[in-house]
Amino acid sequence: MTTRRDILRGGLAATAGLAAGTAARAEGDPLITELQDWNHVLGDGVDANPYGMPSRHEAHVKRRSVEWLTADPVSSVNFTPLHELDGIITPNGLCFERHHGGVADIEPAKHRLMINGLVDTPLVFTMQDLMRFPRENRVYFLECAANSGMEWRGAQLNGCQFTHGMIHNVMYTGVPLRLILEEAGVKTNGKWIMPEGADAAAMTRSIPIEKAMDDCLVAFKMNGEALRPEQGYPLRLVVPGWEGNMWIKWLRRIEVGDQPWHHREETSKYTDLLENGTARRFTWEMDAKSVITNPSPQAPILHSKGPTVLTGVAWSGRGTIPRVDVTIDGGKNWHEARMSGPSFDKSMHRFYYDFDWDGTPLLLQSRAHDSTGYVQPTKEELRQFRGVNSIYHNNGIQTWYVNEKGIAENVEIS
Amino acid sequence: ASAATFGLGRPATADEIAAWDIDVRPDGVGLPEGSGDVTTGEEIFTDRCAVCHGDFGEAVGRWPVLAGGQGTLSDDRPNKTIGSFWPYLSTVYDYVHRAMPFGDAQSLTADETYAITAYLLYLNDIVDDEEFVLSRDNFLEVEMPNAEGFMPDDRMETEFPVFVKADVCMENCKDAVEITGRAAILDVTPEETRARQLKEA
Repeated sequence: MTTRRDILRGGLAATAGLAAGTAARAEGDPLITELQDWNHVLGDGVDANPYGMPSRHEAHVKRRSVEWLTADPVSSVNFTPLHELDGIITPNGLCFERHHGGVADIEPAKHRLMINGLVDTPLVFTMQDLMRFPRENRVYFLECAANSGMEWRGAQLNGCQFTHGMIHNVMYTGVPLRLILEEAGVKTNGKWIMPEGADAAAMTRSIPIEKAMDDCLVAFKMNGEALRPEQGYPLRLVVPGWEGNMWIKWLRRIEVGDQPWHHREETSKYTDLLENGTARRFTWEMDAKSVITNPSPQAPILHSKGPTVLTGVAWSGRGTIPRVDVTIDGGKNWHEARMSGPSFDKSMHRFYYDFDWDGTPLLLQSRAHDSTGYVQPTKEELRQFRGVNSIYHNNGIQTWYVNEKGIAENVEIS
Repeated sequence: ASAATFGLGRPATADEIAAWDIDVRPDGVGLPEGSGDVTTGEEIFTDRCAVCHGDFGEAVGRWPVLAGGQGTLSDDRPNKTIGSFWPYLSTVYDYVHRAMPFGDAQSLTADETYAITAYLLYLNDIVDDEEFVLSRDNFLEVEMPNAEGFMPDDRMETEFPVFVKADVCMENCKDAVEITGRAAILDVTPEETRARQLKEA
């Protein structure tokens, strides 16, 4: 049976593709002239949703995966729907996931953090112990080293969710790692730390002690609430500005040593093969990068020519983003975008470029500048240094082609 | 050993550290007592590893290839395996012991892990003797083909001088622009996304 609500919804979908409902306006919009359900039928009470979810009309705003990328969904990745988001904070339920042994299910009362190795006193902490250290709140991006990695050889996936969605940006609450290490007392020959996860992958990485003592956090909250299980509940390492693999989830142990461990995730993986057959290792920092999130292949222009909002995000593992340039003609001419919202160190930044679309095809690009003076390179410039087989650290400029209908496509241009 | 402490946590016991501290380094620190030979390794590998990695480490489906590929690192399509790419044997022992078999991690004994590691060396032609026995004593004698294939991150020296720019072009930066590659031609994006595109076209 077709209900009045169905017809209404159908009508809405049809108008969305037209010129912003001008026809409806001229004839008197039934959405205004007729009483709508929600105008007189009572809605849910306050006890209907103790933990609220987005409107059912936002069901398309979700993490997506690409089946062919990995052998198995347990050691795999999914993608943040960047094209549906605005501002700089990623909602917890939409933060991309990357696991190597699935999502560990850990009862916080049974979780332990051990500090051992080159320390005066090896220690064990409960979650309760950790909650008694002084805390800090910081907003940082976490970008997978492989974000955009499928795009090294050319335009491949059609949507910024897939080309750039291995990233999220949240506020972490946690304890400076320095305080926890000092509690155990790092010996003078303690030059490296090795965090380890409690999950079935028992992920390990080597991190120099200078970084550990500088700005790393042992975090238990994201965006105000406990970490999501898929983000390391109840405890994860935060390694600001550095590749996401190092942000060990379900953190159970930190060993202090006098040299790096060269474990699987820093030899076989997370090393960057160059054209001459040698590989860079310990490429920790994520360089300045940006992407236009609207318009983009998953977010076409649905209105006719006229005022158009172009927006996107930019970030750098080496500082802040004071400036982003935008082109709509494939780099012939550039315009300084308008930055909006807070500018935090090693965090996402939101930019806008408001322009009058004349209805002709566009070639869109964004170019981030970070606080060190580094300017985001083109993919071709990066290939000059690295070839096409380095997998990780692709921060090249992204191009979207937008046709006269407003449909956008992932392309490469000369 | 500086700064004020909070008196939080408690000392870890030797047993606790032994239970969790299983990591192995390239200099052999962390290797346990034990040994295993190629033939034993082949039996265990066939039983517990081959279903994903293939009988000869060649891999099934998209599971990781463990053997072969030597000399391919500068090819257009490199084949990065233990034999062709991994710099240290310690990484093989450590990773197999901590994280494999996938779905049943930390179920292998020290002897079993030595045996599998020995078999992986055999599959990669790094040892050619089926009688070869790998143990803590001879572990560091094994030379990995790509041990010298890695260098530190040199982006600050190579890329930064080029990418840190005082000025960037803002106007009339090029005469012509051509599209040189298109994702839509490849058409490998999940269907749902493409469907939305077509519907809204």
